[in-house]
Amino acid sequence: MKHLGVLMGAILLAVPVYATAADQRGTGDLGIVVERAAGRVQVIDSSLRTKLASVPELGDLSHASAVFSRDARYAYVFGRDGGLSKVDLLTGNLENRVVQAGNSIGGAISQDGRLVAVSNYEPGGVRVFDAGTLEPLADIPTGSKVVGLVDAPDQRFVFSLYDLGEIWLVDMSDPAVPEITKYPNVGQNPYDALITPDGRYYVAGLFGEDGLALLDLWHPEKGVRRILDGYGRGEDPLPVYKMPHLEGVAIAGKNAFLPAVGRHEILVVDMDKDWQEIGRIPVHGQPVFAVSRPDGRQIWVNFAYPHNDTVQVIDAASLEVVHSIKPGPGVLHLEFTPRGEQVWVSVRDADRVDVYDTRSFTLLGSLPADKPSGIFMTARAHRIGY
Amino acid sequence: MGKFRYFRFFQPKSALLVMVSSALLASSVVSGAERPTPARQVELMTLLRHDCGSCHGLTMKGGLGPPLLPDTLAGKDKPTLVGIILDGVPGKPMPPWRFELQPEEARWLVDRLREGLK
Repeated sequence: MKHLGVLMGAILLAVPVYATAADQRGTGDLGIVVERAAGRVQVIDSSLRTKLASVPELGDLSHASAVFSRDARYAYVFGRDGGLSKVDLLTGNLENRVVQAGNSIGGAISQDGRLVAVSNYEPGGVRVFDAGTLEPLADIPTGSKVVGLVDAPDQRFVFSLYDLGEIWLVDMSDPAVPEITKYPNVGQNPYDALITPDGRYYVAGLFGEDGLALLDLWHPEKGVRRILDGYGRGEDPLPVYKMPHLEGVAIAGKNAFLPAVGRHEILVVDMDKDWQEIGRIPVHGQPVFAVSRPDGRQIWVNFAYPHNDTVQVIDAASLEVVHSIKPGPGVLHLEFTPRGEQVWVSVRDADRVDVYDTRSFTLLGSLPADKPSGIFMTARAHRIGY
Repeated sequence: MGKFRYFRFFQPKSALLVMVSSALLASSVVSGAERPTPARQVELMTLLRHDCGSCHGLTMKGGLGPPLLPDTLAGKDKPTLVGIILDGVPGKPMPPWRFELQPEEARWLVDRLREGLK
């Protein structure tokens, strides 16, 4: 009997923990890493800093992004080829997949978690799906490439039209009858947008002009207005080797930190003072992402080619760069753990994800990944705009 | 499509453009070394897939930027395409790559795009 117990114990130990614990564990410390060239995502555990599963055959994942179901069990992955894939983080299975358009750029999940919306370049528009079954529910053609699609409170989606320079606000209370409010002439070539963590302000960055377009969702009747107008003051911008990304905007207290297009600067605006510029922070290159640690104290910035081997950290109190690291060539994305003690950094050309301690800036470890790009933690499931 | 392509190739205007541009480009090349070294070819292909791919798609089927597939490039002559890579497109997000790429490297990249990425 005694030997049998030991034997049983040995068998239990030999079985992978992930498999036996699949039905019992939570997902709060899980996430995915996009391996874009391979068309695959890794399911990762940020507590153990390990890979749990690999989910292949997700199509063309260049510029892929993801949102999470309300229960944080499923990731919806948006591929460039129009693929919308639903991945089960607990089993590591591809639960469902539809190819809903020819060319896509991202998506959002509704406030109630029932609708997944995808922004498409080809055909230009937004398509909305049942989060459970991925059945199509609504088609909103726009006649333009759609960028900067986010969810907003009161079961709404907001997005921008790259070719037409418009912002559309869509109430999806009844998915069969989307109620659309259009804001024309917001500026030239909105390329991406953000929504503030409280869900109040939607801000689209403009590629064709120095400035951003702001919609106050508490007062949508007031329309869209321009902020940071002419921030380049007529100087010629540098060539832009990679568009900045506005999702995950860095907010620290009343300040928002925005990447400037074609400039080696982060623009700081005071949201309480009508989004007036209060400072500029010179940085190492053209910023791509400027994301704040969840507590807002640090802003981590990565850069466009050819400066994309570097990450800088801005202190939200002093508005100065306080730390620089060179993780390696092709730093594409940064993602914090839910409370921000770690940051995960994808280093594309080194085929690695590096994990840093955000207090000491020390490297805690690395995970191998095939040309990693986006990293998405399940904490996004419970945040507006993710 | 194929016939059209051959027809264009023999158009006098295109031919003249090819000659003039080739002469211009040749003058900026120090030696006759047209093919990048194997190591540089690897770098260039990474650049093409991942950095060009961030706008044109990893498989070049398009994104914010237009598709760069063999079919879509068929009607455009090589010097024009090389010029777009080196000098960008004013008023559009396409940046000039002249600071990062040699003209012969841009020509090599156009050849890779025209035969299609594997």
